[in-house]
Amino acid sequence: MDILVFVKRVPDTESKIRVNREAHSIVEEGLNFILSPYDEYAMEEALRIKAAKGGRVVAVSVGRDESLVILRKCLAMGADEAVLIKDPLPETYDGLRTARIIARFVQARFAEAKLLLFGKQSVGADNSQVPSMVAELLGVGQANVVVKLEVEGDGATAYREIEGAQEKISLTLPAVISAQKGLNEPRYETLKGIMMAKKKEIPIISIEDLGFGPNDLAPRLEVLAMDEPPARKAGRVVTGEPADTARQIVEFLHNEAKVI
Amino acid sequence: MILTYIEIRENKIKKASLEALSEAGRIAAELKTGSAAVLLGTGLEGFAPELHSCGAAKVYLLEGARLDRYSTQDYAAALAGLVKKLGPTAVFFSATAMGKDLAPRLAARLGVGLASDCTRVAARDGRLEFTRPIFAGKALLTFRLTSSPQVVSLRPNVFPLSSGTAAGEIIKESFEIPDSASRAEVTEILKESGAEIDVSEADVVISGGRGMKGPENFDLLREVAALMPRSAVGASRSAVDSGWIGHQHQVGQTGKTISPNLYMAFGISGAIQHLAGMSSSKVIVAVNKDPDAPIFKVADFGVVGDLFQVIPPLKEELKKLRSA
Repeated sequence: MDILVFVKRVPDTESKIRVNREAHSIVEEGLNFILSPYDEYAMEEALRIKAAKGGRVVAVSVGRDESLVILRKCLAMGADEAVLIKDPLPETYDGLRTARIIARFVQARFAEAKLLLFGKQSVGADNSQVPSMVAELLGVGQANVVVKLEVEGDGATAYREIEGAQEKISLTLPAVISAQKGLNEPRYETLKGIMMAKKKEIPIISIEDLGFGPNDLAPRLEVLAMDEPPARKAGRVVTGEPADTARQIVEFLHNEAKVI
Repeated sequence: MILTYIEIRENKIKKASLEALSEAGRIAAELKTGSAAVLLGTGLEGFAPELHSCGAAKVYLLEGARLDRYSTQDYAAALAGLVKKLGPTAVFFSATAMGKDLAPRLAARLGVGLASDCTRVAARDGRLEFTRPIFAGKALLTFRLTSSPQVVSLRPNVFPLSSGTAAGEIIKESFEIPDSASRAEVTEILKESGAEIDVSEADVVISGGRGMKGPENFDLLREVAALMPRSAVGASRSAVDSGWIGHQHQVGQTGKTISPNLYMAFGISGAIQHLAGMSSSKVIVAVNKDPDAPIFKVADFGVVGDLFQVIPPLKEELKKLRSA
């Protein structure tokens, strides 16, 4: 059973993000980049399914050469193979564009894959679009924001997080699954894994290799501006007797802020 | 026309759907077009008056045996049928769990871009402009979609409800839903025991961090929350990673990004990834022992003190207010 895991390189969540307003982009200098945290849960789940059921785990990223670093991490975690689909454009924030690239890749290279695993969103674009769009383009079932997954034969049961509850979803394979925190506890790479990952070759394929022409992947989204959010003004800070400060909180909320 | 997808949960219209419909009405008025709502399932006529009064002149009911239970594939197929028939300018969703699941599937089926989880929509020269937080709110992206119809999802708890008394029309439609070999079906909904409202939908979020010292102390926060309507208990990443409370309560960059009316942070220092997730709250109150905690830089009202000493009298004050 082939399991594909789609991963993205993103700025560390502890990073402060600065915006280049002219370029409509974030300032990349000084940022530490990581494998998107939700993708790490997807990667771990693929490795666990492989350990139980056998098969092959392939990590795939759409991005620039810099994404080779996170693909090496996936190999070090235990992926059998990794592939970089080189995207000539920087971040477009257009989920359908990425989904079309991925769907074409799956059809061309891994048409027999049984599971397509994603993070529930990339940390950064925060779109939560690509998994569902890939599922639609491939005509397969989907379960997003999954916190528990059981694969059995040609089917799977996924538990998906919704507001205050979980949906139990019965799927036939192939299917798209997107991972939420809580699905598992991702492993650390071992030294042996890191050494082996260094020796593996990561094929790089272009969007032309997938049959896309120069104008086939024009983004359906036109960025007009990127801004930093309005800074919040620090308010009043008080100290004192607990009973007194508690009373002041409620007075503030009731009389000034008028939220209770 | 702007068509808004209306979500029903536990036999009620989701508040977030009404927010999306309200905004659709405002934008439709600016574009000098109409606002309509669509519901999927059977026996849903009873919901129409509430939607009419929220600005939907037309309420479409898509009926069919396959639509009685939510399936992303079937719902996307049925909605695509209606969109092709009506040719709306835009289709609005609320970015709830269902909206985030369904809107991208519909957009891909229609071959159009999606503006997801928007916090602002504006009509300029007859075209729509969207703003959405990226990097969990560390930056804001403003953009247009170049494809049509414009498929949009709106963040819950951001757009105000509108109300009116307008009457309207109910239109029933049905579309053939193609069978697919690969299926995904919801077979059961498992409620979290004693589940309150989700942090993403709550008006008030009472949140705890490392300063809570242990899982048992989250009961203190539940007690405070119980004194406020439409409230939920939240948590920082370190509290969740320590196993004190489930991750579905986590607020921040690898948790939920929320905009409640009131966010109360107890024992949360305010790491960058946490601040990103809650800084768009309307009012922020923080209680922390450390006067240098970064949370005070975003708090409208801060108390430097021991949360374990502040919470008991705080509960008393809240009770007094309730009985006043």
